[in-house]
Amino acid sequence: MTQTTASAPQSTGPRLSRRGFLASASLTAGAFTFGFNMLAPQAVLAQAAAPEVNAWVVIRPDETVTIRIARTEMGQGSLTGLAQLVAEELECDWAQVRFELVNPARNRSRQNVWRDLSTGGSRAIRGSHDYVRRGGATARAMLVQAAANGWGVAPAECSVTKGVIVHAASGRRTTYGAVAVAAAAITPPEQVALKDPKTWTIAGQPLKRLDTLDKLNGSLVYGPDFTLPGMLVAVPRACPVHGGKLKSFDAAAVASRRGVKQVLRVDDATVAVVADTFWRAKSALDALPIVWDEGGNATASSETIAASLREGLSAEKAYVGNRIGDAKGVLTQAARVIEADYGYPYQNHAPMEILSATVRWSAQRCEMWGPTQVADAALDEMAKAAGLPATACEVHTMRIGGSFGRRLYTDYVRIATLIAKQLPDTPVKMMWTREEDMAQGQYHPVTQCRLRASLDNAGEVQALHMRLSGQSIFAYHAPSRITAEGGDPIVYQGLVAEGAEMALGYTFPHLLVDHAMRNPHVRPGAWRGVNLNQNAVYLECFIDELAHAAGQDPLAFRRKLMARHPKHLAVLEAAAKGIGWDSPAPAGRHRGLAQIMGFGSYVAAAAEVSVTDGKLSIHRIVAATDPGHVVNPQQVETQITGSFVYGLSAMLYGECTVKDGRIEQQNFDTYNVMRLDEMPQVEVITMPSGGFWGGVGEPTIAVAAPAVLNAVFAATGKRVRQLPLKNTPL
Amino acid sequence: MAQLNINGKSVTVDVEDDTPLLWVLREQVGLTGTKYGCGIGQCGACTVQLDGAALRSCVMPVAAVTPQQKVTTIEGLGAEQPHPLQLAWAELDVAQCGYCQSGMLMAAAALLAQNPDPSEAQIRSEISNICRCGTYARVLAGIQLAARRMRASAPAHSAPAARN
Repeated sequence: MTQTTASAPQSTGPRLSRRGFLASASLTAGAFTFGFNMLAPQAVLAQAAAPEVNAWVVIRPDETVTIRIARTEMGQGSLTGLAQLVAEELECDWAQVRFELVNPARNRSRQNVWRDLSTGGSRAIRGSHDYVRRGGATARAMLVQAAANGWGVAPAECSVTKGVIVHAASGRRTTYGAVAVAAAAITPPEQVALKDPKTWTIAGQPLKRLDTLDKLNGSLVYGPDFTLPGMLVAVPRACPVHGGKLKSFDAAAVASRRGVKQVLRVDDATVAVVADTFWRAKSALDALPIVWDEGGNATASSETIAASLREGLSAEKAYVGNRIGDAKGVLTQAARVIEADYGYPYQNHAPMEILSATVRWSAQRCEMWGPTQVADAALDEMAKAAGLPATACEVHTMRIGGSFGRRLYTDYVRIATLIAKQLPDTPVKMMWTREEDMAQGQYHPVTQCRLRASLDNAGEVQALHMRLSGQSIFAYHAPSRITAEGGDPIVYQGLVAEGAEMALGYTFPHLLVDHAMRNPHVRPGAWRGVNLNQNAVYLECFIDELAHAAGQDPLAFRRKLMARHPKHLAVLEAAAKGIGWDSPAPAGRHRGLAQIMGFGSYVAAAAEVSVTDGKLSIHRIVAATDPGHVVNPQQVETQITGSFVYGLSAMLYGECTVKDGRIEQQNFDTYNVMRLDEMPQVEVITMPSGGFWGGVGEPTIAVAAPAVLNAVFAATGKRVRQLPLKNTPL
Repeated sequence: MAQLNINGKSVTVDVEDDTPLLWVLREQVGLTGTKYGCGIGQCGACTVQLDGAALRSCVMPVAAVTPQQKVTTIEGLGAEQPHPLQLAWAELDVAQCGYCQSGMLMAAAALLAQNPDPSEAQIRSEISNICRCGTYARVLAGIQLAARRMRASAPAHSAPAARN
């Protein structure tokens, strides 16, 4: 399997190498070419000559099939899955498939033929499976029509296998590569039938990723690796107190340093040093005297933020997310009420690839080469900052070294453009330091939750009130999506009524889920899993508390509440069965469960842990997922396995605390994350039930923490209600 | 001025003495396969080998590297033929976003050169590179697969520390 791309920043990817070599067939499912360090001349990438059958499919005379990928690839593997969906309907030879990324201005110039370029909410596959399959099926119909026209036969008499078109009656055959030019001239059919997923042979298979080889030899050019002739490097620093301003800086103090070209005011909060290299720019920035006007937010701290949220737990005014019956009334009358307060801290996305963008601005045109999860929004942000119409701009998208939601925001695009605008006609690569990334994040929102439930004499839940208090992502980033009443509809993820993509999996006679919005000054953002993360902790740990209060087994207790939610229950049962819930855990080990629905999928986890001398060991995780359909089981598995690294990193260590208005954690020494030594064994059960399409990149994150926290309770009798765990001695 | 031996080639660079080796490799020599992740030796994305030992190049001043010491980067790891780790990585589809994988591979190659038969516990404690995608399980499997193959193909009486 080889790969190629045609957009400029991807041009250094590995290609079918003339001096490549064949790995031994015994090493691989089939022989593949392992091309090393073949920096292809960009001219080779010109696509004008390649027959574009339609927007999704380009087939060259050498039979290579280039599939266009509109969604961002940042490690999650959807690039390969999307190509599989197109290839499935196209019926091409998978070994001939390459990929090419789509740029936003190009998309607009073609009336958005590639539709939505944004990649978030675990939507890459589930949000585009239908139209990318139609793209493949339409191209197939055109290719077959072209062959049939040449033979003077009906297309229905022809069949296709791996890109070879056969007319069985006459024994004639041709290939996609031979008819692609003719096919491109054919009017596409208005209707195409899609295959029944049960008959898939490419989609649904655990195929290897298309984008691996250039990650193994250092040749993949990520944003920070990109270069242009004459390029300078800019390193910015913004006021560490969000909302504060840049008062002044003493450029003369660093102007004579080697390599330094300019010290710039970027905007009212940001200064940047521009130099010939990152290291010189960064070193000069560190030496630059800067005076901030930190403003009123400088007095904020984690304590003041927590106090504000705590006040929201009992505030009169709150927005209702889910209501059945009269939970408050029942709780007032109830003989036995169980109550607990939980809290979830700020988290930084901390992707391994730091933020960067290379921008070249001129009075006529502005271009960016860089990573983004929202290419359209990045284009608009850049155009605005550049003072140019979007038609005079382009964003050259790139594969990303991890993002997890951070590049749903275009703050860094704006800063890069404002810097480049001050250096006309000079390409400027803006790079953030890790410290800047930690200080200027779009943090997982900070929230608290007060849960109150009544149990009757039989241990049945009569009423549950979940009062959420805390930050709204929409209030900061998308005020237009705040409801007419003033609420944020996404704060209830995982807790809303049936029919939604993040529906509650329990039935309570009386239920109230409401939200007191409290917005501290620290910028919130969508962090992989978004609000499902804390809501799953609150709900699933509290359900565990209720089960214990009722003296019942946590699985049996849940079953009774889940009778009307068979899909939620099925994954929970699968995870429980996988961990061996019905038989005793090995000596010294203890188990916990959690389930939730999010991003259209049903997920559950069972954890087995031990706690020795206060030290937690997570031995096993069993994760079950029903995403409806699975396009690539291997990529689904790696997403689910990886979800435990991301989710448990947050549970064990993750918190961004605030002091003097600024985030205290500056790097991985104070923002610790899970490493290989702590990685538990994760067993993945994928159980697609069909009939719907759910995402897999995010939902499992949410069950990682509560499954382990419930196991920690089983092991220690301690309820950890405020994350991260590191702050609670076990 | 510093003279370095990088991937078997002698290279002279004109930089300040305190410039970390990482930035010399990336910005002076043009070898961008070695990544910046933290700048404080925490994450391992910048891992290269110095005389075969894993080194976090972001905290190594270039002046501390002698012209005789052999610096090997990811670009040098499979230059002639792919390292068994690279083959194992391809076979097991270890990488997700890939950004940390240069450092992972360099750390793993150094480990196997020093210890051809590491236990799982040794691999887990020795490979402390950060991966945010969560490739750890496949990193572990990839190292074990490569180690098995390297031991199987190593001549019985030769030293185990065969590296390219």
